[in-house]
Parts: sequence; C-alpha cells; structure tokens
Amino acid sequence: MKPFDYQRAADTRSAVAALSRQPEAMYLGGGTNLVDLMRLGVATPAVLVDVTRATSEAIEESSGGGLLIGAAARNSDLAAHPVVRHRYPMLAQAVLAGASGQIRNMATVGGNLLQRTRCSYFQDIAKPCNKHRPGSGCPAREGDHRNLAIIGHSSSCVATHPSDMAVALAALGASVHVEGVEGTRTVPMPGLHRLPGDEPERDTVLEPGDLITAVELPALPYASRSRYRKVRDRASFAFAVVSVAVALDEADGVVRDCRIALGGVAHVPWRATLAESALRGAPATAEEFTRAADLELAGARPLPDNAFKVPLVRNVLVRVLSELAS
Amino acid sequence: MTDMLLSINGDEYPVVVDTRETLLDTLRERLDLTGAKKGCDHGQCGACTVLVDGRRVKSCLTLTVTLDDREITTVEGLADGDRPHPLQAAFIAHDAFQCGYCTPGQLCSAVGMLAEAAAGWPSVVTEDVCAEPVLDEEEIRERMSGNLCRCGAYVNIVAAIGEVAR
Repeated sequence: MKPFDYQRAADTRSAVAALSRQPEAMYLGGGTNLVDLMRLGVATPAVLVDVTRATSEAIEESSGGGLLIGAAARNSDLAAHPVVRHRYPMLAQAVLAGASGQIRNMATVGGNLLQRTRCSYFQDIAKPCNKHRPGSGCPAREGDHRNLAIIGHSSSCVATHPSDMAVALAALGASVHVEGVEGTRTVPMPGLHRLPGDEPERDTVLEPGDLITAVELPALPYASRSRYRKVRDRASFAFAVVSVAVALDEADGVVRDCRIALGGVAHVPWRATLAESALRGAPATAEEFTRAADLELAGARPLPDNAFKVPLVRNVLVRVLSELAS
Repeated sequence: MTDMLLSINGDEYPVVVDTRETLLDTLRERLDLTGAKKGCDHGQCGACTVLVDGRRVKSCLTLTVTLDDREITTVEGLADGDRPHPLQAAFIAHDAFQCGYCTPGQLCSAVGMLAEAAAGWPSVVTEDVCAEPVLDEEEIRERMSGNLCRCGAYVNIVAAIGEVAR
C-alpha cells in the first residue's frame, strides 16, 4: 500500500477544506471498500481524511415527515432503525441484503453510495480498464461480463453499481445532502450516480471535495408496502446478479402509484420510470406487470453472457409486484 | 508513524503504528495477540473478526489509526479467567471446528451476532422486518455468512451457536 497521511476532520467544513487543499486526498468512511482498493493499488490517495466523526451518525425524523440519515450512520444502524423498518421496509431489506454483518457494522451510509464497482477488471490494475486508467480500454465487453450491465452502458464501460442500499434510495427518491467548496446543496436520487458515457472514471455527479453529509428520505406513506428482492449466485454475502426495489400503492385492484428501481443492471441504480408510468392507473394484474416490465427492458442491450438478466429481472419484478398487490 | 494508545481486552497498549497498518496486523505483528487470523485479507472470510465497542468488525479492513478511543475485544478476551465463554464451551461440546483456523473469528462474530439479535435487529431472511427475530437455523446461517469455514464445520457451528442463543 502506498504511504499516506491520516487526518481526522472535526467537522464537515474542515473536511471539505482539507480536500480542497490537498488534491490527492480522499475521504475515509468505514473503509470497507476503500481500504481494500488501496491494498489492491486501485486507489492511491496521498492523504486520508477520516470523516466518520465529522458527519452525523444520527437518524431522525425530518420536518417534512421524512427521515434524515447522517452520512456517518452505519449500515447496520440504518437497517435496524424502527422507522426504516416500519415505513421503508425495502430500504431495511436492501441494506440487510448487502455484504455481511461485520461489514454492515463498519460501512457508512455515505460510503455505501460512493463504493466502486466490483467489475474484476476494475479491481485488477494489471488489466486495462477505462475506469481505473482512462483510455486503456474495456476488456469486459469481450471478456468476463456475466455480472455486468445490460442497460445504459457505453462502449467504454459496462460496469454495474454494486450497492443494494442505493437501489432502494433511488426508488424512494431520496435526496443526498452535499457540502462542497461552494457551499451546501442537495442532489436527488436517482441523479447522484451517472451513466458511464465516455467518462466511466466518474461514478457520480459529485465534484472534487464534495462531501455527502446526509441522506433524506421523503415522506412516502405507501412505501410501508414495499419490498427489496435480490438474486445472487449464493444464498448470502454476494453482490446482486439482479435486484428490484418496489413500493406499491394499490387499491381495489388498481395501481394508484408505484416506485420501481433495478439493481445489478446498470452503472447506476436504475429507476424504472417507463414501467412506473405504464402502471399508474392500470389494473394490478400479472399481465400488466409483465407489460410494464417489458416496456422498461425494451431498452436493454445485453452482452452475450448476461442476456439471461433480461428475463430474470423481468420475472423478479413481476413476482415482487404480484406479491405486493395480493 | 503515529503514537497511540490502544485499549484491548481491558488492557492499554501504547503503540507506534504506520498509518497503513490494519488492526489485524497490529494485533498479530506488534502485540503478539495472534488469535485473530489472516485468511483472505480482503474482508471476505471473517477469520480476522474482532469486536470494536462491542460490535463485530473485520480487523483486516480497519486501519489501526482510526481506533485511538475505541475498546477492542479479541478472542483472547472472551474467557473469564480460566472459564471459557459460553460460546467457546459450546464450540467444544458440539465439535464445531476441525482445523480451528476460522474459530476465533467465528467466536467473535457469534458474540457480536447474538448481541445484535438481542437488540432486535432483523436480517434479510427475517420474514417481517418489523417483527422481533427468532434465531432459528436459517437466521443463524444468514447472520454468520461473513465467516467462512473451509473445513465445512458449519452444521456444528450452527448447533453450537443455537444452543447459546436459546
């Protein structure tokens, strides 16, 4: 591991100042992804600015009836929080579907959003990868891409975003509170993460020095009827092959409103806006759910070894919608 | 290099550490606390599991410099003098290991896991995340999925933990 200085920021302002002063610095949250990437030589910061005590760990109800989650809240505390479990069960399920108990105890909410893809080429600096070495090429298109993207990818990158939590947050329409050199702002989800285009080295719309300080959930009463379903290659402690997060507002057999996001399919947590629109006002039947899923997935451009994800994500989405409707 | 004081198993250890050093390396290489094991060194196998402020974490992904006011418990700190921790006794009674390399991590993980369940934390296999979890075999297996055992002693590990959970 390359030598680095360790600095502990006392508050968000000094954390942002530390990064703007030191271009080769990075923020350190729980370290569950960054420390590993440093060991692999993929991340080589000259300075780590520890922000686990600079940002809040609190999870509290916000004035608008939503929930304000401090960026330093640990994943396990988020999943165990009574308000999350009762009002946003798909978020609790998504967090619990990720990693292992030990890692959830370490990982922060802010860090979870900023974790990097687990594409094997990205994590191996001996191999070309446009994400870790821009311009070096993407061997995944011709190589190992079974777990990679089927939608929204580009010729330069087919990576997927690995977070389960982010899929539920994209479905809920969370807002991410950011403090940067220019001041504070909020970034909506989806919208924090970006498609790879010809700049796959940029995972998000954040600028250098930007610090996530909190994530705010909207009051979405019907999210109490929501579910996260993850398909993976083994029963536990594995990244998603595909996943779906669904909240459904249905009455008298008709969909009044819904929120749908897909994981394991794109460089971003994929909000299924086409399927949502198709379902608003439609009968809550398996036929309509299938039609909506097909509409969303019509834009999929799978690669030879991950074409199975298209019917898989369709079937999982139809199943979860049907379960929530009955 | 950073001067710091580590609190481990109730004792204070003054150490001078490299910022790159993980808790696992500090324990094993500087402090002769070799209970925590290095398996994968990538956070995937769980052999290095210890407790920080009572919570189970992977010491191979924890930078030691971040821990100056934390209370660390390793497998060496689980027993009460000569009396083994109930989980240690149950692992022996149920023959819950073969080579033993993963056992310190399994034990520390199980201590943390039982505290999480006692606090009412759900898991991904908890049917209703709003309900109090019941630690049946499926729950124990899911909650212990961060600890691998290459000997495949899982059946007996689950039985040992299940006995202490009851």
